[in-house]
Amino acid sequence: MNTLALLGRSAPKRVLPGFGLSLGITLLFVSLVLLLPLTSLVGQLAGVSLAEYWAIISEPRVVASYLVTIGAAAAASMVNALFGLLMAWVLVRYEFPGKRLLDALMDLPFALPTAVAGITLATLYSSSGWMGRLLAPLGIEVAYTWVGIALAMAFTSIPFVVRTVQPVLEDLPHEIDEAALTLGASDATAFRRVILPNLWPALVTGTGLAFVRSLGEFGAVIFIAGNMPYETEITSLMIFVKLQEYDYVGASAIASVVLAVSLALLLALNLWQGRFIRRLHGGKG
Amino acid sequence: MSIRLKNIAKTFGDNSALAPLDLDIGDGELVGLLGPSGSGKTTLLRIIAGLEQADRAPAGSIHFGDREVTNVHVRDRRIGFVFQHYALFRHMSVFDNVAFGLTAMPRRTRPSNGEIRARVHRLLEMVRLEAFADRYPAQLSGGQQQRVSLARALALQPDVLLLDEPFGALDAKVRQDLRRWLRHLHDELNFTSVFVTHDQEEALELSDRVVVMSNGRIEQIDEPDTLYRKPANRFVFEFLGDVNRLEGEVRDGELTCGAARLTVDLDEGREELLLRPHELRLIEAPTAHAHLPVCVTAVSPVGAEVRVELEADWLAEPWLATVRHADFERLAIRRGQHLFVEPRRWRRFSDERAARSTGRAVASS
Repeated sequence: MNTLALLGRSAPKRVLPGFGLSLGITLLFVSLVLLLPLTSLVGQLAGVSLAEYWAIISEPRVVASYLVTIGAAAAASMVNALFGLLMAWVLVRYEFPGKRLLDALMDLPFALPTAVAGITLATLYSSSGWMGRLLAPLGIEVAYTWVGIALAMAFTSIPFVVRTVQPVLEDLPHEIDEAALTLGASDATAFRRVILPNLWPALVTGTGLAFVRSLGEFGAVIFIAGNMPYETEITSLMIFVKLQEYDYVGASAIASVVLAVSLALLLALNLWQGRFIRRLHGGKG
Repeated sequence: MSIRLKNIAKTFGDNSALAPLDLDIGDGELVGLLGPSGSGKTTLLRIIAGLEQADRAPAGSIHFGDREVTNVHVRDRRIGFVFQHYALFRHMSVFDNVAFGLTAMPRRTRPSNGEIRARVHRLLEMVRLEAFADRYPAQLSGGQQQRVSLARALALQPDVLLLDEPFGALDAKVRQDLRRWLRHLHDELNFTSVFVTHDQEEALELSDRVVVMSNGRIEQIDEPDTLYRKPANRFVFEFLGDVNRLEGEVRDGELTCGAARLTVDLDEGREELLLRPHELRLIEAPTAHAHLPVCVTAVSPVGAEVRVELEADWLAEPWLATVRHADFERLAIRRGQHLFVEPRRWRRFSDERAARSTGRAVASS
């Protein structure tokens, strides 16, 4: 009787073993690799008053860099959303020779050192480069302008869109579009009303990730950006400049802004996606 | 609307999925395409729907009534298609799913919102799901989802309703209900329907006529009872129910196989006889015409008849016999018991395509 009562009071036993161990290791890893550096970043700011902090992050040159970064990142992610979706579509829905190669190529921006990408793009699009020479007569300048920044950002972040949309598209049964066609829908209607809504969460998440990645991009961008104050300076560069001047507090302050924006965006994406997925799995829409 | 297929063939790469075949389906008929997997039945259904193109080489044609639809796109064929796994749009409510065909129409021909609402509610009433209009597909059971998919397919009042293994993903009880209900709906609305199934019971119970297929060919087209009573060939016979085999040497009007002997009126030589489980009688002593000693290895007294599994040295694979409960009790059948079999009837298919012959046990006591 006594033991039964004791058993009854103890916490219900989990069927899946190893919860304590696996969560413990995970938390340790997260602390060491993620939280510790972030804490030290915030720690750097401990000695700064709020007014000083505000003065650093609202310096006109820094504010200009926010605008350049956000603008270019937004443009880059919009372009990536479009082409990433197309790319995923092509990779999933069609069979063609060289498909595996193209698939592998999609990950190249992840594997390539970003500085290599930056230098390559800068050479290609400078006024004497292959592409630059072709575009110059048309009056289009890419290198050392805002367009170049967006281009470099798009290059490094396209895998985010492709790799988040691709698996969702693969799981989407063909019968869904066949059903739409048997109901008389045109191809465009079937895509817009049946396929796209299913891809929507993945597409938004992928684009969001690409945007956040672009906000922090450094290596690929600085070589092609030209880095003219107030015009083509990105926020990451401002942090780098502060560091070179041994202004650790200034660097940390600006970095904390980037961090806060990225974190807020990622959190918002996660919450939104969770709501959408609940509906597909039977929650009240 | 009648469906007329002429010379329809389909090859995938080097594999022939459908040999050139003709098929006529009458107006208002409910026809089942029955066959094992890989027999080409689903391919045939998808060709009728326009989801698959028939081969161009032997130029075939498809007519719905007087309208030739061979090269008409699936969206213009005016068909309703029901998929095995429902293929509902899971991001839309039940109402929006059923309304999809109507709301996807070009603006000129689209009915007004009020009329769409009225029509969808009528359809949902018909499939008894009025209360679920605002739910999402994931909130419904399999049977309910399949009913939604039926309502969706019927929303545009198609000429032809095509169903691909419509009940295949459902459990037995729901399947029974839906089957009866579909038959009812068909009789009420009187559209022409074709459905695919690999379940012979379903095909025989539901269809006006059954098309039995194997290896991309049509083996037989007949009404269910004709099909069962007069199978055109061995494949049809074996596919439509359980079969017991007796193989042996015929000499002087008697077939022998080890200890087994059976009087038959066949020419001398090696023969194989096929027997249905309900055509076997279990008796305690051999008769003059049948000496088939067996041993009972399993008994399953569930249902209208008792299923008895029989084994013997002379049998390559066990036999199955179904006996009435009265006989079961009279003989007190239990596992390990030794009995004799007297076939009431047997069949023989001398060759795949050749004529069949049947025999009847000479004596019956």
